[in-house]
Amino acid sequence: MHIILNGDQRECPDRLSASQLLEDLGLTGKRLALEVNREIVPRSTFDTHIIQPGDRIEIVHAIGGG
Amino acid sequence: MSTVMHPSAAINSDPLVIAGVEYHSRLLVGTGKYRDLEETRAATQASGAEMVTVAIRRTNIGQHANEPNLLDVISPQHYTLLPNTAGCYTADDAIRTCRLARELLDGHDLVKLEVLGDEKTLFPDIIQTLQATEVLVKDGFKIMVYTNDDPIIAKRFEELGCVAVMPLAAPIGSGLGIRNPYNILTIVENATVPILVDAGVGTASDAALAMELGCDGVLMNTAIAGARDPVMMASAMKKGIEAGREAYLAGRIPRKRFASASSPIEGTFF
Repeated sequence: MHIILNGDQRECPDRLSASQLLEDLGLTGKRLALEVNREIVPRSTFDTHIIQPGDRIEIVHAIGGG
Repeated sequence: MSTVMHPSAAINSDPLVIAGVEYHSRLLVGTGKYRDLEETRAATQASGAEMVTVAIRRTNIGQHANEPNLLDVISPQHYTLLPNTAGCYTADDAIRTCRLARELLDGHDLVKLEVLGDEKTLFPDIIQTLQATEVLVKDGFKIMVYTNDDPIIAKRFEELGCVAVMPLAAPIGSGLGIRNPYNILTIVENATVPILVDAGVGTASDAALAMELGCDGVLMNTAIAGARDPVMMASAMKKGIEAGREAYLAGRIPRKRFASASSPIEGTFF
């Protein structure tokens, strides 16, 4: 299915959980936050939150800044 | 509001208290603009800072999956992280950033709120910042707010529930130092929450001046990261903050127009 991840169009398997998406991206265990369609998906629900076609997903982390 | 201190108060008995937590360093630093993570680590350590700001940005997908991460060298175990809303020009973007930061940092809700109004000066958009403050305070955030040096606005942010108010010295990264010392002084005198100068500091004397005006702390990034020797400048800033704070607590002499001799007149033999 088609999703938009960090601003880029992307294809991914159907019925993917947030955990599975992060695993496919090599991001399991990293300190990050996930937002789907402008709503935060809490880490505790990564296993049960299912990504839908057309979802706009943002994955963010902390970097150096003033 | 200044605290009456014992004349021989050591640094450790003059803590900076923000949102009920004590800090022994009054220097807060940003983590941006360094050459690499090692320089970030070394300069931050040399500064003695206990609270450091971080930015919230998209993860790089696919590339450099095993690249070291800022939090590997600036650990939440050793530092209080202060996520900022840098780059936000609207209240909505800033609110969204704060909520993501809180999720990222396991519910940690101390944030630096900045909403910019202009790309050239990076001055705050006060109207948007006020709007964001109202929403974020209701949502339980503890806000350290980046603002201008307008004493009326500074007091307004305090009344809205910010845990600290941070007036700029000069534009971010400009190194111009405190442009309006009397405004900063008025802000300090009117405040019942900590006042930290944030943005525009250039060198150690700028930081010392902020502390001599009675500020509770100083937040800086470019002044250290952009110096020729950032680790040395971090050390200089640490000392400048300490010197300024002691000078403030010691109670300076007033400025007088004319001289008053330091040696007695009686007993002269000429």
